[in-house]
Amino acid sequence: MAADGPLLTFFVLILPFIAAGLAPLLTRWLAHNAAWVLALAPLFIFYHFAGFLPSVAAGEPVAGGYSWIERLNVEFSWYLDGLSLTFALLISGIGTLVVLYSGGYLKGNPQQGRFFSFILMFMGAMQGLVVADSFLMLFVFWELTSITSFLLIGFDHVREASRRAALQALVVTGAGGLSLLAGLLVITSITGEHSLSAILDSDALRASPLYIAALLLILGGAFTKSAQFPFHFWLPNAMEAPTPVSAYLHSATMVKAGVYLLMRLNPVMGETVAWETILPIFGGTTLLVGTLLAVRQTDLKLMLAYTTVASLGLLVMLTGFGSKVAVEAAVLYLIAHSMFKGALFMVAGAIDHETGTRDITQLGGIGRAMPITFAAAVLAALSMGGLPPFFGFLAKEEIYAGLATGAGWGILLTVVALIGNALMFAIGFAVGLKPFTGARVETPKTPHEGPILLWLGPLVLAVSGLVSALLSEGSHHLISSPMASAVYGEPVSIHISVIPHIGMPLLLSVITVALGILAYMSLARGRAAMTSTLAAIGWGPDRGFDQAIRGLIRSSYSVTGVIQSGRLDNYVTTVFTVLIAALFVPMLVFDELPAIPTFSPLHFYEWAVLAVAFIGLGAVVWARDRLTAIVSLGIQGFAVALIFMLLGAPDLSFTQFMVETLAVVILALVMTRLRLSPTDHRPTREKVPDVLIAVACGLGLSLFLLRVIELPFDTTLSVFFAENSRVIAHGRNIVNVILVDFRGLDTLGEIAVVMIAGLAILALVRIRPGRAQVDLKSARERES
Amino acid sequence: MDVALVFTVGVFFAVSIYLMLSKHIIRILLGVSIFSNAVNLTIFSAGRLLGEMPPIIPIDADTPSQTTANPLPQALVLTAIVIAFSIFAFLLVLAFRAYQEIGTDDTDEMRVAEPKGNELPPLGY
Repeated sequence: MAADGPLLTFFVLILPFIAAGLAPLLTRWLAHNAAWVLALAPLFIFYHFAGFLPSVAAGEPVAGGYSWIERLNVEFSWYLDGLSLTFALLISGIGTLVVLYSGGYLKGNPQQGRFFSFILMFMGAMQGLVVADSFLMLFVFWELTSITSFLLIGFDHVREASRRAALQALVVTGAGGLSLLAGLLVITSITGEHSLSAILDSDALRASPLYIAALLLILGGAFTKSAQFPFHFWLPNAMEAPTPVSAYLHSATMVKAGVYLLMRLNPVMGETVAWETILPIFGGTTLLVGTLLAVRQTDLKLMLAYTTVASLGLLVMLTGFGSKVAVEAAVLYLIAHSMFKGALFMVAGAIDHETGTRDITQLGGIGRAMPITFAAAVLAALSMGGLPPFFGFLAKEEIYAGLATGAGWGILLTVVALIGNALMFAIGFAVGLKPFTGARVETPKTPHEGPILLWLGPLVLAVSGLVSALLSEGSHHLISSPMASAVYGEPVSIHISVIPHIGMPLLLSVITVALGILAYMSLARGRAAMTSTLAAIGWGPDRGFDQAIRGLIRSSYSVTGVIQSGRLDNYVTTVFTVLIAALFVPMLVFDELPAIPTFSPLHFYEWAVLAVAFIGLGAVVWARDRLTAIVSLGIQGFAVALIFMLLGAPDLSFTQFMVETLAVVILALVMTRLRLSPTDHRPTREKVPDVLIAVACGLGLSLFLLRVIELPFDTTLSVFFAENSRVIAHGRNIVNVILVDFRGLDTLGEIAVVMIAGLAILALVRIRPGRAQVDLKSARERES
Repeated sequence: MDVALVFTVGVFFAVSIYLMLSKHIIRILLGVSIFSNAVNLTIFSAGRLLGEMPPIIPIDADTPSQTTANPLPQALVLTAIVIAFSIFAFLLVLAFRAYQEIGTDDTDEMRVAEPKGNELPPLGY
C-alpha cells in the first residue's frame, strides 16, 4: 500500500472529516447501528497506516505532501517515522473501538449523530497533528484538536459544569497553542526551515542563543496540552464529557499530543541541561500530584483522570531524563498506557451505564452480572499494575532500568516513580477489581452485561495489552523500536520480554507491587487524609481559573463603563481631542509647521463676502431664538456660495445656493414644530473647555491646510481633464464632464446615497408612534 | 485670497465644532451643517486657487484658452455638497422623530441604547 502514493494517504487524512459530514445522516437512518458503518473509516485508516509498518521498521520514513502556498512556504505535508506511525495507529485503532463504543454508550440519545460527527472530526484533527510535517499544519491541527475537544466536553451543554469544563479546556489548551505557535516561529527564525523533517538532523537549535526562548514556548504548548502541573486542572474537569470522549481524547490520544511534541523534538532540543532539568522536575511533580489527588476521588472516572495526569507526568519525566533506556521506557509506557487506560475508561463507562452510578463506595459484587466487562477490567488493571505477562510489565521494568542508574538524580526520580507506580497500581485495581468483587451492593439500576458495542472495545484493548507482550519480539520490531529510534534520534532496538530477569528492576517491581497492595488495602484511610489536607490548603489552580475569569469580566465591565459612558458629549469631546493631538503632535515632532504666510491684499468685495460669512457664523452661535439661528445658518451658507462664485466655480455656487435654501426651508418647517430654544443654556465654566477645543481644532486645521498649500502642486490630473474633456468626452464644461463621464461611477454612488437617505427618511416619517413609544415612555418613567 | 480662505476655513471649523460639542441636538445639527461647508472649503482650497476663470472650454477650441480654476476639486465638492445635504436631512428627521418619541433634545437624557447603571454581566459559565 505504501506504493499507492501520496494521493491515498491524503485521502486517509481527510477521510475522518468526510465521515464526520456523513455521520448525522447515517445516524438518522440507522440509529445507533450507524457506529458499525462509521467505524469502517478509522478501520480503513488503521489498515492503510499498518501497511507502512515494514518500511518504517526498516528505517525508511514515509514522507509526502502537496505544496499549498509556495511563496509563503506553506505546505500540506506529512512525515511518517516510527513515532508518527505509532501514534497514527493508536489513534485510528482506538478510534475504531471508541466509535463502536459510542454507538452503545449513547444509544437513544437524540444528539448521537452530532456526537459521531464531533468525535470523527477530532480523529481527523489528531491524525493530522501526529503526521504533520510542516509547522503550520502542525499548529492548525493542534488548535483543531483543542476546538473539537471543546465541542466534545461541552456536548451536554445544558449543564453548567459541562460548559465550564469545556471553556476551561479551551482557554488552557488554546493559550498553550499560541505559545506553541510562537515557539515554532522562533524555531523557524533560528533554522530557516518550515518543517519538522528538515530540522531533525540539525544541531542549530541547541547552539542558538534563542534556544531557551524556543524551549520555554514549546513547553508552554506541550505542558498545557498534556496537563502538566500546574496546568493539570482542566483534565479532570474534562470528565464532564461523555465517557467515550474521556477514553479517547483525555487518556489515549489528545492529552498525549504534548508528549508527542516533546518526543518529536527530543533529538533536536534534548540533551541540554535545561531540557534534562525542567522536564523531569515538572513531570515528577505531576506524577506525584496526580497520584495523590487520584487517591482522594471516589468517582471512577475522576480516579482514572488523575492517574492519567500522573502517567503524563511520568512520560514527560522519562522523555526528559535523557538516557536511551529512559526513552525506551517512555515509548513502552506510552503504548501500554493507551491500551489499558482506554480500556479502563470504557469499563468505567459501562459500569456507569449499567448500574447508574460511578461512585466506588456505592459499587460492589457486580462481576457476576457483567462477566465480560469484568474480564476486560481485570486484564487492563493487571497491565496498569505492571504485572507479567502484560505490556505494562515491560514498560515498568524498562522504567526502573532506565532510572535506577545509581546517580543521585536518578535515585530521586526512581523513588518518585516508585511511589507513583505503587499508587497507580492501587487505583488501577480499585477501578478494575473493587466494583466487581466483594459483597453485592444495591445500585440505582440492576446491572447486567451490556450489549456487544459496550464490551467489545475494552475487551479488545485489554487483550491486545496481553498479546502484544506475549509476542514482544514482533511488537518491538514493528512498533516500539522504530518509535524509540525516532525519539532518541539514533537507531534503537528494544529486547525486553515478559520473562523476568533477576536484577534491580525486578526488585523495584516487587517493591512496587507490595506497596501497591498495601495502598489498595488502606485506600479509604488515604482518601480521608488527602481530603483533609486539601481542605487545609483551600486553594488550587482550578479555583484560580474561576477567579481569573471573574476578574476578566469585572475589569472589562469597568473599562467599558469608562470608555462607553453613554453620553454623546463625552464621545464628541474625545473625538475632537484626539483630532487636536493628531494635528499638532506630528507637526511639532517632525517640525512640519507652515512658514509664516504672506498676505496678499484682498479686493473690497472679497473682504465683504468673508465678513458676511463671519457675521452669519457668529449669529448662529449667539442667536436667541430659532428663526434667527436658521436665517443665520442660511447667511453663512450663501456666503460660502459667493466664495465659490468668486473663485471660478459657478456650478458649486449654484448647487450651494439651492442646497442652502432647501436646508433653511426644511429646518424652518421642522423647527417650528419643536418647542426648543437653540441657545446654549450651560454655565460659562462648562462652555470654556468646549471653546478651547473648538479653537484648537480650527487653528490646527488651518495650519495643516496652510502647510498643504505650501507644497508643490501636481496638476497632472487637472491638465488631463482639461485637455480631454472636449476631445474624448465631447463636453465643454469640464466639471460636468468629470461628474457624468470620467467619474460617472462616483456620481452613481452619490445618487445611491441620496436615494438611501430618502428611503430612510421616508421610513422614519411613516412609522407612526405606536407600541414602541409606549415602551420607551414607560421605561423612562421607571428610570425617573 | 488663499491665505485668507485658509483662516476662514479655520473659523468655520471652530464654530461648527463648538456647536457639535453642545448637548442639544438642534445645536449639533447646526454644527453638522456648518461642518460640511468647512470640509468643502478645505477640499476646494487644497486643490489650489489656480485662477478665477471657470473651467469651461470656449466654443471654438478643444482646450481652455487660458488658466482656469482647478476642475477636479470642484467635481469632488459638488458630490460632497449633495451627500452632505442628504445626511443633514436624514439627521434632521431623525432628531425630529427622536424628539417626538422621547420628548427631549438633550443628549444626556437620550439613554435608550446605553441606559444608565448597566448591570454586571453574569459571572457564571
